[in-house]
Amino acid sequence: MKEDRSEMAAKDVELDPRSAAISEPLSSSSSSPAAFNAVVSAGNKSRSCKSSLPVTQPPCPGHVLENVLENVLQFLTCRRDRNAVSLVCRSWYRVEAQTRFEVFIGNCYSLSPSRLTRRFKGVRSLLLKGKPRFADFNLMPPDWGAQFAPWVAATAMAYPWLEKVNLKRMFVTDDDLALLAESFPGFKELILRCCEGFGTSGIALFANKCRQLKVLDLIESEVTDDEVDWISCFPEGETHLESLSFECVESPINFKALEGLVLRSPFLKKLRTSRFVSLEELHRLMVQASQLTSLGTGSFSPNDVPQGEQEPDYASAFRASKSIVCLSGFRELTPEYLPAISPVCANLTSLNLSYANISPDILKPIIRNCHNIRVFWALDSICDEGLQAVAATCKELRELRVFPSDPLEDSESPVSALGLQAISEGCRKLESILYFCQRMTNGAVIAMSENCPQLTVFRLCIMGRYRPDHVTGKPMDDGFGAIVKNCKKLTRLAVSGLLTDEAFSIIGEHGKLIRTLSVAFAGDSDMALRYILEGCPKLQKLEIRDCPFGDVGLRSGMHRYHNMRFVWMSYCRLTRGGCRDIAHALPSVVAEVFGSDVDDDDDNADYVETLYMYRSLDGARKDAPKFVTIL
Amino acid sequence: MAYEEVINGLNLKDTELRLGLPGGEEKEQDLEVSCVRRNKRQFHQTTDEHNLIEESSPPSKTQIVGWPPVRSNRKNNNKGVSYVKVSMDGAPYLRKIDLKMYKNYPELLKALENMFKFTIGEYSEREGYKGSGFVPTYEDKDGDWMLVGDVPWDMFSSSCQKLRIMKRSESPAL
Repeated sequence: MKEDRSEMAAKDVELDPRSAAISEPLSSSSSSPAAFNAVVSAGNKSRSCKSSLPVTQPPCPGHVLENVLENVLQFLTCRRDRNAVSLVCRSWYRVEAQTRFEVFIGNCYSLSPSRLTRRFKGVRSLLLKGKPRFADFNLMPPDWGAQFAPWVAATAMAYPWLEKVNLKRMFVTDDDLALLAESFPGFKELILRCCEGFGTSGIALFANKCRQLKVLDLIESEVTDDEVDWISCFPEGETHLESLSFECVESPINFKALEGLVLRSPFLKKLRTSRFVSLEELHRLMVQASQLTSLGTGSFSPNDVPQGEQEPDYASAFRASKSIVCLSGFRELTPEYLPAISPVCANLTSLNLSYANISPDILKPIIRNCHNIRVFWALDSICDEGLQAVAATCKELRELRVFPSDPLEDSESPVSALGLQAISEGCRKLESILYFCQRMTNGAVIAMSENCPQLTVFRLCIMGRYRPDHVTGKPMDDGFGAIVKNCKKLTRLAVSGLLTDEAFSIIGEHGKLIRTLSVAFAGDSDMALRYILEGCPKLQKLEIRDCPFGDVGLRSGMHRYHNMRFVWMSYCRLTRGGCRDIAHALPSVVAEVFGSDVDDDDDNADYVETLYMYRSLDGARKDAPKFVTIL
Repeated sequence: MAYEEVINGLNLKDTELRLGLPGGEEKEQDLEVSCVRRNKRQFHQTTDEHNLIEESSPPSKTQIVGWPPVRSNRKNNNKGVSYVKVSMDGAPYLRKIDLKMYKNYPELLKALENMFKFTIGEYSEREGYKGSGFVPTYEDKDGDWMLVGDVPWDMFSSSCQKLRIMKRSESPAL
């Protein structure tokens, strides 16, 4: 959840990538914006990457205007506006660069750290993304890259006033954390999402050195257990902590130290504990910190208690926490205790039960009070029946995620078209959905497209590959087709099930705002890829696996790869030669190929297991491991 | 799930309501076993980063790398944990067990026996548990206290809220 909200916040301040091809006039169509803005902002506004050297111009009249401009620009955080500003003239470009405090880099390999520091002089906040999303699913070998080290080194020199760092899918070492802590005396916020490479010793050092720390959020990251009591390493005395999140840290926690830390953190609003915090311990924390707005409840399971001993009144602790609007955790839930959260249900806007195997009977009495919920994550153990209960009560629902409790292809899925249909009928304000199931019907998907016109994110994962509509036997073309036709605000789409080329024709034609498209085990031929690449004008991120797409399909997108953040294709029918052709034709695009060696099979020796292609201002990276070939 | 609880000769399958023809259970069992094996493997899997070992599978199921697209931290504990408190009359401490760890009554009862160091006795449909001083009971979602073993396993595991191992002297009715 936190991940989502950080991401959303980041997008708000995303810099618009249009460049200062300074000599060229600003026009509404894709005139030549600088490649730099393109990679540094990575938004809807990304444009062509043709960089051109600025032509010497007579100085802009009125340098005094620069001072005025500087004052005005400080208020501009919207990337679209900043982009426009930087294109006006050299003077405006300069001032904009000076006043840009938050920088978003969607792909850490799209530019070098030195390019960043050369242009922007006053960066206070940096958001960096590393590996592409498919790396989460074991599709990328380890040690591929995305190291934070060069970035921390460069920013340490250039921006000693740096306050915030937000990283996603980066490789961060303990040394990096140490350097971070040493280099930035005013450092305030560290958010690490889906990162790895560091351990509790790095966290300990960081916590100890950053005396101004407000936010330390470790989200879905792999943290090695160095058997260091990191919680005890926070400095003595009152802290500035506002948010502390360590749900993903898989090592025991010194509870006494945690309790002490909470006690001396009067500004703490968000506390997300790991599963090593028991229910009794949670109770003690809640009693000391009734001002919390966001609570990660840890295990939500009591330790072995002596028989007959009085148990704490958990419900009363929740009753006293009048500000709680966001609940997560429940990592080892003992269901009989779940009703304790009832006092806060009416205030909840966000509830994450996705680590708890909850049956409909357990869910229903809880969810029936959650009228204000906007974000709900759960396991499919809640069944269609549970989803129906959600649909009946949660009229303000904006985001729903239903994860599989048994993530196998042939398992019995307790959620189906029924649940999807119910949600579409009850939750009309839905904007974002991620739904795992074994099989689906076009009817339910069409219903959602008609009932939920506000959808911006539609991700349906039919785990059974190539499954058609299980009622009609037809492909899922009609369902996904309806989604792109009816949901006019759709920016992110993930498709699954049996899909023909026709489905992609519709997606290409109607998916006018789609920025991210995920395709797996779908399509009949290269035509499907062509439809996508010749349509979907706003497409930025394309991730494909196990589709019958080859070099011909890949070639059909040559006109636009420089204008996309990345293309990922694995287990398709690309050949090395085909990829090389593209790479040579597009100098501003880097094409990496990797995968298992198949030199024992001559016929397939030419086939590429994975192609990861992205635009870059600074050419091929220097830190590619041996198994990666850059064409 | 395979319904093959046989507690001391009594096949509890007889008490089940099922649709479908009799027979064919063996196949279910095989599937079940491979499923169990797989699940156990995943459950005990350490998070080796990007290690494809976790993707290897028993021959009865094909397993594709990275499919379905679920992050490994979710996969590892996705079976979910469902803890239930267990008390035993006379024992100093309440314990808790994860019902999801067990597939049938014999497994559960054996675990309880080990946990509290006692024997449960023989079960019969008519007379409950004989031969020991203890009777395993549970509270279901309606708040009723029932004898462990009376209903099919699935029904039990989804509705059991608490377990209590009662002294026979306290449970004349059972």
